[in-house]
Amino acid sequence: MKLPTRRFDALIVGAGGAGMRASLQLSAAGLTVAVLSKVFPTRSHTVAAQGGIGASLGNMSEDSWLWHMYDTVKGSDWLGDQDAIEYMCRMAPQVVYELEHMGMPFDRNADGTIYQRPFGGHSMNFGEKSVRRACASADRTGHSMLHTLYQQNVRARTQFFVEWMALDLIRDAEGTVLGITALDMETGDVVALHAKATILATGGAGRIFAASTNAFINTGDGLGMAARAGIPLEDMEFWQFHPTGVAGAGVLITEGVRGEGGILLNSNGERFMERYAPNLKDLASRDVVSRSMDQEIKEGRGCGPHKDYVLLKLDHLGPEVILKRLPSIREIAIKFANVDPIKEPIPVVPTIHYMMGGVPTNIHGQVVVPKDGNPETVVEGLYAVGECACVSVHGANRLGTNSLLDLLVFGRSAGDFIVSRNLPSFVHKPLPPDAGDFSLARLARLDSAGGGERVADVGNELRRTMQSHCGVFRNEGLLAEGVAKVMELEARVARTSIGDKSRTFNTARVEALELDNLIEVAKASVVSALARHESRGAQARSDYPERDDVHWLKHTLWYREGNRLDYKPVHLTPMTVESFPPKARTY
Amino acid sequence: MKFRIYRYDPEKDAKPRLQEYDIPLDSHDRMLLDALIRLKTVDDSLAFRRSCREGVCGSDAMNINGKNGLACITNLKTLKEPVELRPLPGLPVIRDLIVDMSQFFKQYHSVKPYLVNDTPPPERERLQSPAEREELDGLYECILCACCSTACPSFWWNPDKFVGPAGLLQAYRFIADSRDQDVNARLDNLEDPYRLFRCHTIMNCVDVCPKGLNPTLAIEKIKDLMVKRTV
Repeated sequence: MKLPTRRFDALIVGAGGAGMRASLQLSAAGLTVAVLSKVFPTRSHTVAAQGGIGASLGNMSEDSWLWHMYDTVKGSDWLGDQDAIEYMCRMAPQVVYELEHMGMPFDRNADGTIYQRPFGGHSMNFGEKSVRRACASADRTGHSMLHTLYQQNVRARTQFFVEWMALDLIRDAEGTVLGITALDMETGDVVALHAKATILATGGAGRIFAASTNAFINTGDGLGMAARAGIPLEDMEFWQFHPTGVAGAGVLITEGVRGEGGILLNSNGERFMERYAPNLKDLASRDVVSRSMDQEIKEGRGCGPHKDYVLLKLDHLGPEVILKRLPSIREIAIKFANVDPIKEPIPVVPTIHYMMGGVPTNIHGQVVVPKDGNPETVVEGLYAVGECACVSVHGANRLGTNSLLDLLVFGRSAGDFIVSRNLPSFVHKPLPPDAGDFSLARLARLDSAGGGERVADVGNELRRTMQSHCGVFRNEGLLAEGVAKVMELEARVARTSIGDKSRTFNTARVEALELDNLIEVAKASVVSALARHESRGAQARSDYPERDDVHWLKHTLWYREGNRLDYKPVHLTPMTVESFPPKARTY
Repeated sequence: MKFRIYRYDPEKDAKPRLQEYDIPLDSHDRMLLDALIRLKTVDDSLAFRRSCREGVCGSDAMNINGKNGLACITNLKTLKEPVELRPLPGLPVIRDLIVDMSQFFKQYHSVKPYLVNDTPPPERERLQSPAEREELDGLYECILCACCSTACPSFWWNPDKFVGPAGLLQAYRFIADSRDQDVNARLDNLEDPYRLFRCHTIMNCVDVCPKGLNPTLAIEKIKDLMVKRTV
């Protein structure tokens, strides 16, 4: 069946920080751009980022992009690509200044410059001591940034398709990506969006886990679309646990709390991070702090009746600092943990927060896959930016503040690169006649199926499975069992049904379509984790406790077809500076 | 826990109805949104918006026992049963608790909600003193949930002409920004019997704002500036 079709020069799937930074470049250059989003743009998950944007402005302490680069390489446990990391850290001050010029309400110093706070894993002079690098707007940096980007897109007259869900990529026989199929959630209509450049900016997929800081919309839609179109996913075993999610609720408490001087305590009242990271202590990188917290809990020094959390103490900062720099944290603690942090500590546990892996790209956002001996052959027409992409600047563990930076730098660079390709001078390659068939078949199954399992039940089972089999500590037995369970769940996903068959704003249908994406992300993650026989960054294997650079200093690529794995080399050579060779990682 | 929820599916229902639910909750169900998600596992046709579940994205605004609020930060313990849930008042209903927010966003867009400064920027940041930056506190935090505008009788009567508290709060956010150069045009844009002056300081907006913001105060400041520039 032929779908109604709309044409654009460029199409962006997702209106978070990365998508809207890219769209600004494209709109400003006069391209016809459509930005598609499941939610109104300011509801995208970038809005929930709290602590800051990393950039070596040096407003409050001496800093350099090279130190930022070193910290990022070290934070990545040497799995990050050093050319991409150099590019990001060099660009950081520029993109932050641009954001300020757009109206971003950064906090300010007495001299009128942007306020910067310390953050985990960020240091001066190659690990010597903590540095003030996180450019902050109180503890609402993501909110301020997302609204600022939306505001500028209003000014640039970017065309948004609000409450539209992307379904599948359209590729022709040569493999060129020609756009997507999409569902207008309000009307239930399915439309082909035909574009010369398609940018995936769909964010993370933290909703494959039971306890997550992520929003409900973070279902890995771009990853599911890519996987179904035969594109591999890179480094999906690396999932970041944020050290401080509110115990029981999962809501994020920014690392900025520790940046401002907050500390973690065990049941003995001991500041235990001094033992695990004598130099940076509570501001070691996230994988290190999360593992240390879990170790404390495992060894019986957790707090509360079940000894299953630790405490984040910040009352010693005083009400003035808390009310000025961390007002939302106070709100969250009161609402979700029944404690006022001005007086009492907040119960926290490591909580799934960020996906280091994603759709493999180069620094222009072009999606790259192995082909004919070249590990990085460009997929024509397809780009990915932000959390859904793996460029790879975060490697095996992302540093706090580098995610907002990633969105700005690579959203912008993909936009600039697409502008340089002069798309308006080309005609659209024709859509294949069967472009909509696959998506329509997915929808037809949901419309006709009855008596199957409920989407919520299968989804919850998937989240529980990932939580217990692909968590902070991993081993062969646990992961192998996890793979088996996830594969069984895949079969159950195909047999779900929904009770609601209506067209108008059918959120049951949307959730069923999201589950198709979640299952791909879960498979990629647990299969990749099982195969990697080492501990690196966020992947901690009790049966392979050491990092193994001889065998595993390489990126994983997972293919949906046959659950196949492949590997490609890490870029150890930066663009202009000397390489930072792998060494032991201590904080 | 007992609920009474506004239901309307344009494909099935000639007119809206209230549906009763009685559902056992579990000890982890803390907020109203948790209960709604549990309800949806029983009746997947119930439609509502939600995303961040922590009060920062503004998706799940609805009318809760007669007062606008966000489901995700409304503690179940504070609610009298049966909990009556309705869509935000004054906007067209698409389905169940989902309203068409076009009019709301049209008014937001009408205030030119973006910084205007056409002097070439410096190589670094534009400087702003801490005191100047503080002028934006209580303004920039808005999450565009529409609780305020849809609690405002003036907005109900004239949604096409009155900007409404959310839009006016954002208008003032840019007027108050030391970096913005468009203050006069912004005031011109609002100098109109309806756009600004339909605010009769009923203050429902202040009462319902889930972020504790004060649109009425911002509106008063805009009115003061209007007066000041005429004398």
